[in-house]
Amino acid sequence: MVAAAELAPPTGAFEPGKAVEPPLLRIEGVAKNFGSFRAVNGVSLDIRAGEFFALLGPSGCGKTTLLRMLAGFETPDEGRILLDGRDIARVLPHERPVNMMFQNYALFPHLNVRDNIAFGLKRARMSRAEIAVRVAEMMALVKLEGLEKRKPDQLSGGQRQRVALARSLARRPKLLLLDEPLAALDKKLRESTQIELMEVQRRLGMTFIIVTHDQEEAMTVANRIGVMDAGRLDQVATPRELYEAPNSRWIAEFVGDINLFQGEVTSRVQSDLTIATREAGTLTASEPHSAISKTMVFLAVRPEKIKLSRHGPAADGEGSAINRLGGVVTDVSYLGGTTTYKVKLDSGVVIRSSMANTTRLDKDSHGPGQRVVAWFTPDDCVVLEQ
Amino acid sequence: MSARNIFTRPARLAAIAPYLWMVLFFLVPFGFVLKISLSQTVIAQPPYAPVFDFSAGWTALKAAFGALSLDNFRLLVSDDLYVLSYARSLVVALASTAMLLLIGYPIAYGMARLPRRWQPVAMMLVIVPFWTSFLIRIYAWINILQHDGLLNRVLLALHVVSQPVVWLSTDSAMYLGIVYSYLPFMILPLYATLAKMEPALEEAGADLGASPFEVFWLVTFPLSLPGVGAGVLLCFIPIVGEFVIPDLLAGSDSLMIGQTLWLEFFTNKDWPVASAVAVVLLAVLLLPLLVYDRLQRRQLEEAR
Repeated sequence: MVAAAELAPPTGAFEPGKAVEPPLLRIEGVAKNFGSFRAVNGVSLDIRAGEFFALLGPSGCGKTTLLRMLAGFETPDEGRILLDGRDIARVLPHERPVNMMFQNYALFPHLNVRDNIAFGLKRARMSRAEIAVRVAEMMALVKLEGLEKRKPDQLSGGQRQRVALARSLARRPKLLLLDEPLAALDKKLRESTQIELMEVQRRLGMTFIIVTHDQEEAMTVANRIGVMDAGRLDQVATPRELYEAPNSRWIAEFVGDINLFQGEVTSRVQSDLTIATREAGTLTASEPHSAISKTMVFLAVRPEKIKLSRHGPAADGEGSAINRLGGVVTDVSYLGGTTTYKVKLDSGVVIRSSMANTTRLDKDSHGPGQRVVAWFTPDDCVVLEQ
Repeated sequence: MSARNIFTRPARLAAIAPYLWMVLFFLVPFGFVLKISLSQTVIAQPPYAPVFDFSAGWTALKAAFGALSLDNFRLLVSDDLYVLSYARSLVVALASTAMLLLIGYPIAYGMARLPRRWQPVAMMLVIVPFWTSFLIRIYAWINILQHDGLLNRVLLALHVVSQPVVWLSTDSAMYLGIVYSYLPFMILPLYATLAKMEPALEEAGADLGASPFEVFWLVTFPLSLPGVGAGVLLCFIPIVGEFVIPDLLAGSDSLMIGQTLWLEFFTNKDWPVASAVAVVLLAVLLLPLLVYDRLQRRQLEEAR
C-alpha cells in the first residue's frame, strides 16, 4: 500500500528545479459564458512542454469549451491564454501554432487521404517536394501507407482516426488538442489506439492535451489529469494521485469505484485518526498529506483495498489498527481478472470489495450468504473533507 | 414462406411506380409530339396530316413511313428565327442562372448560419411569395416598372433621375422578373446542402491554417457543389423554356424559344413545326444533362 503522504509531492504545482522554466501553456483565470450559463468558470492551469495532459469530466463540465478556447473557436470572456509567453486568447484559429483532432475527425470528404494530410501544409506555403516528404512521413507514422488515394468514406473507422491524427500532426504544432479522439472506436481498438497515441506522443516529443469523459482512457494515456466539473478545474494530478488521493468526494466517486463512510474525527494519535461512523462503527485512518481541519469527514476506501476473509487477519503487533467489519456476502460478480463482492455489513450498509483472482482454483472464494470479515488498513483509507 | 416475400412484392411495385409515371406522362405524350413533328400542316381539325393509320393495313403503314419527312427540322436550321430564339434562350438562361447563383448563394449561406430556431422562419420568408399566384406577382412587377409606376416615382422623388426611365419591355425587366421568380428554386437546394454540412469541417479548415476565404473556397464551396448543381438545373432548364416572363416583361424585338413555340402553335397554327421546336428544345436540354451525368460517373469510377 502506498500512503497518501508518499504520493503527493512530485506532481503538484511545485517542482523544485523545474519551477524556473516557464510552462509551454499557461491558462490564467479563463472563463466563458454562453448567455447566462457559465461553461468555464475561472480555470488556471500550467502545462509543460512534452506533457500528455488529459481534461477529464462528465459531459457538460466545460472541458470541450476549454479545449475550443485553446484552438481559437471560442474567445474567453475573462483571463489569458499564454502559449510560449504570448497571449493567444484573441488570435484567430488559422493563425495559431496549435492543431486539433476533432471528435468525429472532420476529414474533408471531397479530398483523398493525401490531400487531407497535405491541406495544412499547403496553407503553410510549403513547397511541393517538402509536402510530399512530410505526407509520406505522416503516412508511415500512422501506418497508412498505400491508402493515399482513398477518400474518407472508403476507409474504416480506425483508418479514419489515423488520417485525422496524421493531418493534425502534419504541421508539427506546438500543442496538439484531441477532442474525444477515440470515442467512435470499439473497446478493443480504442485500447490499442491509446497505446499508439502514447507512442506517437513520446516519439515526436510533442505536447498533447486530450479531452475525454472516460477515466480509464485518461489514466492510460496521460501523465497528468485535470478533472473538471461544472466549469471548474477541481483537481490536477497524476493518474495515481487522482485515484489514491482524490481531493473531494465527487472526484473519488467519479474516478473509479469507492466505498464512502461519513463520520466524525474523535481522536488523533500521531498520524492516525479515529473516526466514528454510523455505518461501520469506529475506524482508523491515516491522516492525509494536508492536515484535516474539519471534524465531520468522509472516509473513502477503494473496493480493491478491502479484503475479505472468513475470520479476518490474525491480530498482530503492526496490524493492531486494522479495520474489521463483519458482514454477509450478498452478490458475487466474476469478471475474469478480478471478482467483485457485495457485502452487507451488520449495520445494513452494502460495501463493495474487489479481489484479484491470482489462482486458477478458487479455494478461497466466498459465495452469497457467506459470513465474512471485510478488513483494510489505515493507509488504505482516504479522508475527505468535502 | 418467409417474411421476406411479404415485403418484396409491394416494394417492387413501388419501384415500378416512378417508371410508370414517366411512361404515362412523359414518354407517351412525347411520342405524340414527335409524331406530329414528322407530319405536315394541313387546314383541318387537327391541323396536321395523320401519320399512321393503323386501320389501313400494312402497305398503308409502309407508305406512311415513307412519307415521313424531316422538313420541319430542316426549316428550324434554315430559318434563323429559330436558331436565334434557341440562342437567346440559352444566353438568357445562362445569364440569369449565373445571377441567381450569385444572389442565392449568400442568402442560403446566411440562412444556414442563422441560429437553429430562426432557420424555419427564414425558410418561410423564402417560400411565402408562392402563396400569391405567379401571374399576379408578374403583373405587380409590371405595375411597379411602368412609366408612372412605383419605381419611377421613387427615383424621381429622390432626384436620382430627372425623367421617368423606360423599364418595361426591356431585358432588364425580364432578368429582374426571372431572377425574382426563380430565386427560391436556387436558394432551397443550396440551403439544404449548406445546413446539413458539419460545422466541424469549416473549423478543421481554419485549424489547419486556412483563412476565412480559403475555408470557403476550399471546403465550404466544393462540399456544396451538389446543391449548386441541383439549384442550377432547377433554374436553368425551366428558364430556357420560359414563356410568361419574357412575354410580359421583355421587348418584342427578339424572342425566346418558348415565345416562338407559342407563336407557331397558336398564331401560325403550324403544329408540326411547333412540335419540331419542342423536340429540338428537349434535345438541347438533355445534352448538358447527359454530359454532366457522364462526367460524374467517370469521377466516381476514378475514385474507386
